Amino acid sequence: MSGGSETSGMPAEITVGEALNLALHDALAADPNVFLLGEDIGDEQGGGILGVTRGLSTTFGKARVRATPISEQAIIGAGIGAALAGFRPVAEIMLMNFVTVAMDMLVNHAAKLRFMSGGQTGVPLVVRTMTGSGFGNGGQHSDYLEAWFAHVPGMKVVSYSNPADAYGLLLASIRDDDPTLFIENLGSYALKGPAPQRGVPTPLGKAAIVRPGDDVTIISYSTMVLRALAAADSLARQNISCEVIDLRTIAPYDLPTLVASVGRTRRAVIVHEAVRKFGVGAEIAADLAGRFHGELKAPIVRLGGNYSAVPFSKPLESAYAPGPKQIEEAVLAMIAEHSDGL
Amino acid sequence: MQNALRKIDGCVLSSILESALRIRCNDELIRESARSGRLNIIYYSPRGQEIIPSAISELLTDDDYICTIYRGIHDQIAKGVPPKLIWAEYAGRLTGSCKGKGGPMHITYPEKGVMVTTGIVGSSLPIANGLALASQLRGDGRVTVAYFGDGASNIGAFHESLNMASVWKLPVIFVCQNNRYAEHSRFDEFTAGESVARRGDAYGMHAVAVDGNDAEATWHTARAAIDRARSGDGPTLIEANTFRFEGHLLGDDSAYIPRQEMEAAKAADPVPRLRADVIGRGILTEAQVVELERKIRREAEEAREFALTSDWPSLDELSCDVLANSSEVVQ
Ligand SMILES: Cc1ncc(C[n+]2csc(CCOP(=O)(O)OP(=O)(O)O)c2C)c(N)n1
Repeated sequence: MSGGSETSGMPAEITVGEALNLALHDALAADPNVFLLGEDIGDEQGGGILGVTRGLSTTFGKARVRATPISEQAIIGAGIGAALAGFRPVAEIMLMNFVTVAMDMLVNHAAKLRFMSGGQTGVPLVVRTMTGSGFGNGGQHSDYLEAWFAHVPGMKVVSYSNPADAYGLLLASIRDDDPTLFIENLGSYALKGPAPQRGVPTPLGKAAIVRPGDDVTIISYSTMVLRALAAADSLARQNISCEVIDLRTIAPYDLPTLVASVGRTRRAVIVHEAVRKFGVGAEIAADLAGRFHGELKAPIVRLGGNYSAVPFSKPLESAYAPGPKQIEEAVLAMIAEHSDGL
Repeated sequence: MQNALRKIDGCVLSSILESALRIRCNDELIRESARSGRLNIIYYSPRGQEIIPSAISELLTDDDYICTIYRGIHDQIAKGVPPKLIWAEYAGRLTGSCKGKGGPMHITYPEKGVMVTTGIVGSSLPIANGLALASQLRGDGRVTVAYFGDGASNIGAFHESLNMASVWKLPVIFVCQNNRYAEHSRFDEFTAGESVARRGDAYGMHAVAVDGNDAEATWHTARAAIDRARSGDGPTLIEANTFRFEGHLLGDDSAYIPRQEMEAAKAADPVPRLRADVIGRGILTEAQVVELERKIRREAEEAREFALTSDWPSLDELSCDVLANSSEVVQ
């Protein structure tokens, strides 16, 4: 990467929005095979609806930072075709709910072409998309749909909870040879944190222990990691020590790190914003239960979005996804369940 | 125009014939093998449509890309995929083009530019755009052909793809093989407007209808489109009118096709017509063509033998090629 020498000019803290912009910038600068495409991503259109791609078409040109018509199938199809021909396209699907329109391209083609071709072709495509409830966007603009993609063999699914990871994971996704769905949180762009080291990717498939602890393992990803951390803070004041793990890569997820943690704490809570039913938490819970049958101090708990569309009305929307309070309560209930306490 | 049409070189015409004969022969042997139970597949015969890809591929190099569909063996053979690799793939063997993991609906062979064969109606077009975009970005002069059926022109992906290709002037050629039926649905009952080609007008695209059973006309049409694409003048939509003789899939008795329509189409079978034309013009003698047919038949029988005696893939292949690094596959 060319970015290493640029570290000097970087502030100690940056936002997620800046981190993502920087990752795209550095990827474009380092590899001529990287190009971006998506609706309104060019500077003439404002550099993306939330400014994530701002400045890039001016720096790298409209051929490499390519604004598209509103054509989700054609966007992903163009990404797939270019990837088959050796490019590393980064396609933006403005909001995660709009991937529904391009499911054929992602599920039937991007994810499967490597296998179906017997390894002759591969699709190193990144699809960046964003989502999240809490912004009054209602039922068609707020869903987390990661389980759909984690369920298709051949796709990687990635998310972040801080600016440094946003940078490093996006860089890693672009360099990865598999199709990757990169999920951004609508509420995260202004989130500040320590700046990443320029040009250094964060390995895919490796979870991060964002807070070490001994009594309970809280497994999460995306924005929910912040809520888990808030719950862990509150629990620490009650002398309960939580280990908080950010999966970072949802598929394939880092089972060894989870096993090592739960092997110590003997308690696991899984938290995600996507609807709990049939969600990623069910898969993780089943994997852990299979490994720790009879050894856990309490049944594994899953917390997730309510079984409904994301509601508009503020009190309903606030109750839709698990918050720090629900996570805290779940942990307390778990500990109470075991007669010996901690 | 008539004169221009006649200017096609004899070598080109005999080469188109050879490709068409190879397609017809392999298709016949596959149907025979499937009927007799030697090959266990669902098969979408392209019988009747041989001329279209044979004429077009004559103008393409190995570096040019195609994306095709489940009814695609004619496109693949015409583009140069060795029939024995197709046969072995059909038989699910390790020696198949995709190690038996793709099957009849998913032939890939990048060595000859066959990048995607899709079982999803309409999906060859958006991906072809991406291949063409890659060529445009690199300036490598390659063209991409997307083959699809008339039914696919009613899918959203068709419209998105035409619009995007036209806006970006991509070096792509959309070839609709209009065989008049989408499964059991008649073209004129289910497709609004008078033709698929006219739909190109709405996207500001060069669009042309051609008799896809006429080798010379198809070759000339393709040549103009390929020249346009290679010189940076953007995409072309070609509606190549044709007919399919064997129903939607093997075992379909075509009961939904009026008898006279089928009989008329078969009477105008484009392969013997081209054969007679090549001989009639003195490009090849009857004896030379017969010898060619014998050679093609031998080659097809050898391909079948190769396929049916090849090894099955080992069970390790189940978790191989899922992700780029198979050790990452989590069970
Ligand atoms: C998206 C989608 N819808 C439906 C089908 C089922 N199907 C397979 S072939 C076919 C007919 C397509 O007809 P056409 O596009 O004219 O191509 P042809 O088979 O005539 O070559 C249909 C409906 C499918 N494979 N994909």
